[in-house]
Amino acid sequence: MAILSLEHIKKYYATQKAVDDISFTIDQGNIFGLLGPNGAGKTTLLRMITGIFYPDEGTIIFDGKRFDPLNDISKIGYMPEERGLYKKMKIGEQALYLAQLKGLSRHDAMQKIKYWFERLEMQSWWNKKIEDLSKGMSQKLQFVTTVLHEPKLIILDEPFSGLDPLNANLIKDEIFNLAQRGSTIIFSTHRMEQVEEICNHIVLMNLGKKILDGTVKQVKQDFKENAFSIQLAEAPLSIASDAFDVLHSDDNHKLTVKIKNGYRSNDVLLYFLQQGITIESFSEILPSLNEIFIRQVEGTHAVTRSFQKIA
Amino acid sequence: MNKTSLIIQREYFSRVRNKTFIITTLLMPLLFVLLIAGSTYLSMKGKEVLNIAVIDNSGYFKNNLENSSNITFSFPAGVDTNNYINKGYSAILIMPKSTGNGGNNYLLRSKKSIGIGSKESIENKIDAAIENKMLQDAGIQKSQLDSIHTQSQDATLNTVEEGDNNSTRESNQWLAYGIGYGSGFLIYLTMLIYGMMVLRGVMEEKTNRIAEVIVSSVKPFQLMMGKIVGIGAVGITQFLIWIVFIFVIMFGVHLFVSPETMQQVQAMQQSGTMPGAASSINASQSAQTIYNIQHMADTVNWGLILGCFLFYFLGGYLFYASLFAAVGSVVEDVQNSQSLTLPITMPIIFSFIVMANAVQNPDSSLAVWCSFIPFSSPMVMMARIAYGVPGTVPYWQLFVSMFLLIGGFLFTTWLAGKIYRTGILLYGKKPTWAQMMKWAFRRA
Repeated sequence: MAILSLEHIKKYYATQKAVDDISFTIDQGNIFGLLGPNGAGKTTLLRMITGIFYPDEGTIIFDGKRFDPLNDISKIGYMPEERGLYKKMKIGEQALYLAQLKGLSRHDAMQKIKYWFERLEMQSWWNKKIEDLSKGMSQKLQFVTTVLHEPKLIILDEPFSGLDPLNANLIKDEIFNLAQRGSTIIFSTHRMEQVEEICNHIVLMNLGKKILDGTVKQVKQDFKENAFSIQLAEAPLSIASDAFDVLHSDDNHKLTVKIKNGYRSNDVLLYFLQQGITIESFSEILPSLNEIFIRQVEGTHAVTRSFQKIA
Repeated sequence: MNKTSLIIQREYFSRVRNKTFIITTLLMPLLFVLLIAGSTYLSMKGKEVLNIAVIDNSGYFKNNLENSSNITFSFPAGVDTNNYINKGYSAILIMPKSTGNGGNNYLLRSKKSIGIGSKESIENKIDAAIENKMLQDAGIQKSQLDSIHTQSQDATLNTVEEGDNNSTRESNQWLAYGIGYGSGFLIYLTMLIYGMMVLRGVMEEKTNRIAEVIVSSVKPFQLMMGKIVGIGAVGITQFLIWIVFIFVIMFGVHLFVSPETMQQVQAMQQSGTMPGAASSINASQSAQTIYNIQHMADTVNWGLILGCFLFYFLGGYLFYASLFAAVGSVVEDVQNSQSLTLPITMPIIFSFIVMANAVQNPDSSLAVWCSFIPFSSPMVMMARIAYGVPGTVPYWQLFVSMFLLIGGFLFTTWLAGKIYRTGILLYGKKPTWAQMMKWAFRRA
């Protein structure tokens, strides 16, 4: 069941097409990755989903109905990349203020703040001022204010920037938790290794257009190069075969092979089994999202887009 | 509107509870009084003390040069230009051989240079002395001259203007001047000070990088209005506290002064003849002044004036605060804002100048036109209203001016809203006013 559906969304500025006909669907409970180089149009797209900008063309369907910023905002939590807090305000007060702006009553807000503060071990911070916090601590607070009102859709733009591994792990666990409990999460980042860990579905954007759209597994399958890694116990007698090319071998008898057209993995295994060599491990090497990203985006002049004019 | 009121509350309380606010609000009146007292004290203290030896061979000036608190004249024997310093005199004044004619050159030799104030003071004393002597020679007593002077300053001129139906209305220049200038000045101060406060307040979201977070929960327009109204409320609170303070101080002064003046008046009444006819003239004069003030106060339509003041005060604030908010949304620090705020502060200062002129010439075409244009109408119209509605200012003019001001601040608020919604999310390059205007006519 789709929680968000974008249909032919367009947003043009005087100097460029920030978002140029983008459509995709996100199912409920998904952890969705929105990827792309700088200047791809991700932030503009996210701002349209959160009702800050309005699309020039296209429709946004949220939770089965046409997107209505006034009312639907209370069901969406947004943590933008440029995020800060009122330095001089006290933490408890600030969390309360932001929660009330989202539509929570004072009473509900207080309860939820207490819950999250306990959960993330922030109880002692209540009366401290924002400016007294370290970066990691304020990020934690920002995360709390984003998810406080139990939104159906949570949008996180680079949530892990500036976090140490401990806090990053904490947030990651919370993300999984929230997804399990039914929230949908849109996750925008440049850190591909995190995407592989966390997301199940991704969309790659470049120059305002959608380039890839699929589950992480699917995308990797699409870009696989039939490369396999085989770990042998001892040096093989020979490695010449019609079935495969050896791409790389190391001193530890680990070979990287590429299977040729018409052959399959079993042929590789048979080859070495026939030599009587013990095979310790054998697995497919799928391309990392990082590699896929670079391959797709390289050479498209993505970064200089903001200096170009519309043709 | 619930969200807007949330924002207003936050803006208001976060400022009012601030230690700096409390201290400035309470200290301002004190500082103001101290400043005035201090500068008066210093200007008095600063007068140099001069001990002048006078060489006057003709004996003309011997008893005629008046001493004052800081300048004393002595007529010692045996002092000349060589020894006056040793004998302890700060200067020596040499009178010419023949006196009584104007244009004679008197010489003052001193060790240190003499200030302008003292020089003029000495010149005046010499003139007075000559005048005195000439009067004496002509047979006129100084005291006679003084009493003639006082009695002749008794004429009071009543001014009336042509009104409807052949009636005439009293016009009071001084009161009109006072009210007009006072309210115009207040509005001027408010717009500058609180305009800048709005500017800095709007920048708060940018400098704290929280703009996008807030704007994902409320519409940018709500945020902007919340700030303008919230900061305005802080301003009004500050004003009210100051007014209360001033009344308290004035009341306190009144309490102390009153018993003494009461006694004086009573004493004068009881003993019919006081030293000199001058005193009884003074008594009747002060009685007259009090009557005049009360009379003037009655001729003024206070309800109308206060109502109009409130309207123009708020209208002017809303008109300009929106523009300041628009600028605040596109800059990240106050220095950068200066080139952009110039087109806003210029009209404010210009209006003040026109107002100062309009208070003296409420019917000049400049005054009339400027009381319509929303940029200047708050100050200029208040200056003209003090002269009387519907006399100097016909009802239709008042309504047109108010109508235009309402339209004016609705327009600037709308314009500011458009600029604000784009500017608040923009970091980096600072736009020009031309670019900002383009945003106003572009869809979100």
